Formats: sequence, C-alpha cells, structure tokens
Amino acid sequence: MTGVRVAGVGLTQFGSHPERTGRDLFAEAAVNAREDAGVPLDDIEQLNVGNFAGALSEGQGHMAPLLAEAAGLDCPATRYEEACASAGVAVREGVRTVRSGEADVVLAGGVERMTNQSTEEATEMLAIAADELFEVRAGVTFPAAYALMATAYAESFGVDEDDLKTDLANIASKNHDNAIPNEYAQYQRELTVQEALSAPPVAEPLGLFDCCPITDGASAILLVSDEYAAEHDLDAEVAVVGTGQGTDRMALQDRDHLARTPAADDAAAMAYDEAGIAAADVDVAEVHDCFTIAEVLAIESLGLYEPGEGLGAARRGETRADGETPVNLSGGLKAKGHPVGATGGSQIAELTRLLRGDHPNSDEVTDAEVGVTHNAGGTVASAVVHVLEVAE
Amino acid sequence: MSDAGFDEWMHAFAAEDGYYLACENGHGHLPPRRVCPDCGSTEFTEEALPGTGTVETITTVHVATPAFEADAPYDTAVVDLGPARVTGIVVDAEPGAVAIDDEVEVDVGASETTGDDVLVLRPV
Repeated sequence: MTGVRVAGVGLTQFGSHPERTGRDLFAEAAVNAREDAGVPLDDIEQLNVGNFAGALSEGQGHMAPLLAEAAGLDCPATRYEEACASAGVAVREGVRTVRSGEADVVLAGGVERMTNQSTEEATEMLAIAADELFEVRAGVTFPAAYALMATAYAESFGVDEDDLKTDLANIASKNHDNAIPNEYAQYQRELTVQEALSAPPVAEPLGLFDCCPITDGASAILLVSDEYAAEHDLDAEVAVVGTGQGTDRMALQDRDHLARTPAADDAAAMAYDEAGIAAADVDVAEVHDCFTIAEVLAIESLGLYEPGEGLGAARRGETRADGETPVNLSGGLKAKGHPVGATGGSQIAELTRLLRGDHPNSDEVTDAEVGVTHNAGGTVASAVVHVLEVAE
Repeated sequence: MSDAGFDEWMHAFAAEDGYYLACENGHGHLPPRRVCPDCGSTEFTEEALPGTGTVETITTVHVATPAFEADAPYDTAVVDLGPARVTGIVVDAEPGAVAIDDEVEVDVGASETTGDDVLVLRPV
C-alpha cells in the first residue's frame, strides 16, 4: 500500500458570491490546487467532488462531469454527497484510491453555492440533512437539531444555561479571533463574548453567533502517491496517514445518547489506528463547528476531551491559538464559513497550510507534526476524520 | 400523501392508539421499518405505545423553514415514550414554558403555516 501526500491545496475565498456559479467556484479552487502542487493537468487521473444541494440551489444535478469540464479535466469524475461531510468523503475516497495503487494523482474537494438563497430557503435546504419524516415534519431545522443536542448536553453533564451559553460564546469568539488573519475566511473580524451572548436567538440556547454563516465556496486537494511525489521531485511534505468514517442513526430520537456523536468516535478510532497515533499525539485540529456546540462534541469524539469536559476548553484557553491543543486555527466553519459540500476539503487545505508553515496562523503551531480534521454530516449521522502528518 | 405507513402511524395517536414496531428480539422502532437496525431482524409486530411521555430535550425555534414560518417561535421536543422516542411540536403552551422531564401527551395537529398534519405535544 502506497503512502499518500498532499501535493497541493486550493481554496476560493469563502463568503457571499451569489453571482458566481458552482462550476466557476470549483474551477478556481482546482486551478489553485494544481498551481500549488506544480502538477500538470494531464497527470490527474480522477476527480472526486463533494456537493450537497446543487440540485436545489442551482437546479444542477450530475455535478461531477460539469465540474471536471470546468476544471479542464478529462478523467473519471464522481460526486459524493454526505450532507456537510460531502467533501470529507470525496477526499477519503481519493486517499483510498491512491493507496490502492489504482491512481497516482487524484483531485478531490467540493463546492457549494448557497447565498443565492434566502435565509428561509437555505434553512429549508439544510434541514433535509435531517430525517424528513420524523424531524423535518416536526419543525426541526438544522440549528434546532443542534440546539436539541446542546440542551441534552447541558442536562447530561449538569451545566446551567448561563454557563452553557458563556462557554459556547467563548468558542465563537475564539474562532473569530483565528479567522482575522485568514485571507480565505468569510468573517475576518473580532467577535466578543458579550457580542455573541447578546445576539438574537435562532434555536435556543443557540443564538445567531453560535451558528455558522451561509457561504459560497470551493476547495480542492491534489493527492499524489509517495512514488509520484518522489519521481517528480514535488515539495509535498504533508502526508495523509489516516482516514476514518462512521455512521449513526439519522434521527436524534433514535440515538442512545443525545449529546454524543459515536459516528465521529468510530471515524476517529479508525483514522488514529491507521495512523498509529493516539489522541494525545494530536498537535492541532480542524473540527466541524457548524454550531458552537458541535465543536464541543467534536473534540470529545476525537478523544481530546472526555465527555462533558470539552465545553469549557475555549473559555479555559486550552483550544485557543496559544493553547495546548489549538482547534480551528482557520476560523472554523463559524468564522471561515461553511459552503456545505466544500467544507471537508477546506479543512484538509487549512491543516496542510498550517503544517507546511504557509498559513497565517502557522506561527502558532511551529512544532506541530500531527493534525486531525473532523468533518460531520447532518447531526453527525456521518463523520469523516483524517490524520495528517509532516512526513520525514 | 401516505409515506409507507408514516401518516397512519402519526394519526394513530389522535385515536389514542399509538404503536411502535417491536422486532422479534424486542427492539422498538417507529414505522416504516423493514429491518431492525439493532439486530437485523425482519420480523415485527405492532405493539401499543403510550400516548404520554417525558421531554428529553427541547428547543425554542425562532428561525423556521418556510413550512413553519407562521408557527415560529415554537418549541420542538424529543419525547421518551418508553419503547421509543418521538419528535414533535409543543402546543397549548407558551414557547419556553415546557422543560426537560415535563410530561406531555402526543397528538396530531396542523401547521399554522401550511395546514399540514404535524405530530404535536401537549402539556399534561
């Protein structure tokens, strides 16, 4: 089994680009990844792209050949859909293809166009990541589902409502701080804890600033085999050494525990096992904070914290940029933005930049050798975890 | 529109005849269900489900989808009925008035926005 390197990464600026089509966004990210890698177009043997809602937001199904064409590729192309974990799955399958020896060069990533929808339309679009019969028809929106988990978390671990909201506001504030220098981030501005706490409610206890924004954007990752990197003398020091995926019951009501995410537990265990690491080895993490409570559940599933202990990590400074385990140095979904089908790829791109030393926040993690990404679909009915390492 | 038994199941609560599907190994699930996700069994019987249960988690939704725009703000809760849990919208109470561990009755109501049938939860 061959090793897999990240030869290049490409992102669009994440934000509001309602006039730009998905194909335009993805083409930009793909060109950026190819130029970053220095790999010729004709060497790319496969395209894996994540997209969640193009059929609704753009009236565009059958995205993969369209995006291949937009990126100038003539190779097998497949779209992966796993709600907000779509690009995570696209990258994971790319890693598995390269490992198997079936291809030496795979382009993987994702794209989503969302801001051409009204808030209500986007809320409806995102809600279909929940169980249509048992949740959507009961008025459950995507923020509401995470609010149900947040309330259950507080109940399970004996946290009062004010402390819950304060700890969540600290997560939002932290991630905004991290996004300030990130040129790809949607919100490069400070958010104080007080500002977060005084925001209008969306689904209680979650307020506006507990929620990630509606975002347009694309991500692309150029994966190559160790052999290809060596033969072509590529500067590809970051390796993907572990990949894992997990699945849970779709509806919250069918789960054993409403404040834990076993799909991510399973994905992390699988990825750590492949990488031969333990949670204690993780130097830096990019996790799926679509809502502030999601970051808490993520760092607990990754084993960075015991259940019930992750909530106060940002407030205590442990997951801040200068803390022991920095989380979401990109700004996370909260401040960098969340173009649903592109997010998992953007996490790999940001972590690669952090480990290579060319991310604006790389100075915060100069000794980092091991990083993980955690990409969740829906209320973590799907989860994908990747382990990246600076190779010898 | 009937969705493979979903509507029939929901309306059974209105007739105080709620039920769940029990597989041959005793795992309880809501219909429609052909395979037990716990054990793989394909043999189910309909068993009576209590019409009241306790709130396990709840939220007040302020930003709704278009299908519930006129209903907002409203409370959505996950309720434990014993052999199975259900999710519904709280009625006959102000948003935020119902809390975890409160007892509620399961019934069928209508969305204020669309008039479509909705599983509702009423404080006991």
